[in-house]
Amino acid sequence: MITYEWLYVISGIFFALWSLMSLVDRRWGNAAFWGLVAASFFFGSHLSDLANGTLVLALVAIAGIGGLSRSMPATTAAKARAAFAAKLGNRLFLPALIVPITAVAGTLLYNYTPLAETQLFEARRETLILFGVGVLAALAVSMAWLRPAPIAPIEEGRRLIDSIGWAAILPQMLAALGAVFAIAGVGDIIGSLSQQAIPQGSVFFTVVVFALGMALFTMIMGNAFAAFPVMAAAIAIPLLIETYGGNPAVIGAVGMLAGFCGTLLTPMAANFNIVPAALLELKDQNGVIKQQVWTAIPLWVCNVAIIYLGAFVLWN
Amino acid sequence: MSLWPLLGIALVVFGFALRFNPLLVVVSAALATGLLAGLDLVAVIEALGRAFNDNRYISVTWIILPVIGVLERFGLQERARTLIENTRGASMGRILTLYLGFRQITAALGMKDIGGHPQAVRPLVAPMAEAAALKTHGALPDTSRQKVLAMAAATDNVGLFFGEDIFFAIASILLIQGVFESYGYPLTPLELSVWAIPTAICAFAIHAWRIRSLDRGLAITRTGDAP
Repeated sequence: MITYEWLYVISGIFFALWSLMSLVDRRWGNAAFWGLVAASFFFGSHLSDLANGTLVLALVAIAGIGGLSRSMPATTAAKARAAFAAKLGNRLFLPALIVPITAVAGTLLYNYTPLAETQLFEARRETLILFGVGVLAALAVSMAWLRPAPIAPIEEGRRLIDSIGWAAILPQMLAALGAVFAIAGVGDIIGSLSQQAIPQGSVFFTVVVFALGMALFTMIMGNAFAAFPVMAAAIAIPLLIETYGGNPAVIGAVGMLAGFCGTLLTPMAANFNIVPAALLELKDQNGVIKQQVWTAIPLWVCNVAIIYLGAFVLWN
Repeated sequence: MSLWPLLGIALVVFGFALRFNPLLVVVSAALATGLLAGLDLVAVIEALGRAFNDNRYISVTWIILPVIGVLERFGLQERARTLIENTRGASMGRILTLYLGFRQITAALGMKDIGGHPQAVRPLVAPMAEAAALKTHGALPDTSRQKVLAMAAATDNVGLFFGEDIFFAIASILLIQGVFESYGYPLTPLELSVWAIPTAICAFAIHAWRIRSLDRGLAITRTGDAP
């Protein structure tokens, strides 16, 4: 059976090669940082929690002292790229499509045909594993078709990963922070505080506090998944549903979406907001969030209206 | 109940606001929160290490970079721009609105892995939006160019977030179902996912209007520059 462990070995190889090329390029900080990420992929499952924790602290130390720098591996010039683009035409898009098609079509094929009975992939892990298969296939097709130097994919990959820098592991680090918040009982504290903020007897204001709690707690945690169980236990179940008799389906579904409005507003949702700013080489780290503010706020208001109308006014 | 663990949240807010290195901010907040909740230092480091290790799958997605890099080496971004330059009537507003709808519909059908920042926005959507803006408005000042790129990324996010919940077999719908069931309110995923549709329609209307405003704003910046 193919498990995540296989993907981790492949990822470890990629990061180890980037570390090695950073070493050749005399970028010691980058070499150490990507080397530690590679070590985490290779050995993480076999290390103690304390060893993994120490590895995390070492990664943070390197990033904290500004040890990462942008590399400029040799690549093609703008003029050559334009010439290639003119010669190769729209066929250039095809290898890029291999990855999403493999992931999506493969997942559908695997789940809705007898293939699932073969248990080829670890349960519920098939999409990411198929994403990995797609990447290897796309890489093989591109290399066979375009025939660049064998070092090209490593060096082009390093150019991109170095342009992302420490932001590359920020989403994973934030997930770890969420786990520590959960152990420390932050959710329970937020839940009881938001309960105290509710005026007695007003359905509308209870809806507002619920939706606001979802958005704000999502902004703190970086995703709505951590906020939902807390706000459901503190407000949605005891007050909106049991006291005021609202429609549970509307409150649940649209409450989650009110949380998603918070995701648009927070640097804690790094993979959606900070990583793309790095990928697009924006000068402002918060540039993407700034474009989302005036979508998120009116949409949050819509969600409050939908909960109030759908779960109470039209339901009763 | 002690409120001290909330200090970790304050650390995160101030750390990000004061622009310290985010990794440093996050780990400091984790250590502070754990210690204030009464855990000892080793236990906090262990919890951090375990959670970091359990979430390695999040960083696996970077293995796509060599594919994107090789295709960029052979002019993928340039080709995406040329395609837009040769399309009559292509404007930034139309391209991003089309992408918004495409992303919402494919995500609603369960295909949320079509699109995304490293694989679609950087190599395709952002260059196309930029090329279309240049085509309509001529050379842009750098601040406007940055806004167009950021809007391309924002459009991917909005399309994904407010499309995916219409698909019933998605993690967030299953989470809602699980939480409500544990309190004695059994719901089917389909009952929940139909209620994502009104918000999806609002999201399309609001964000499409925002894209159009940005496109019009670029025209005003342009004429403002002219003598």
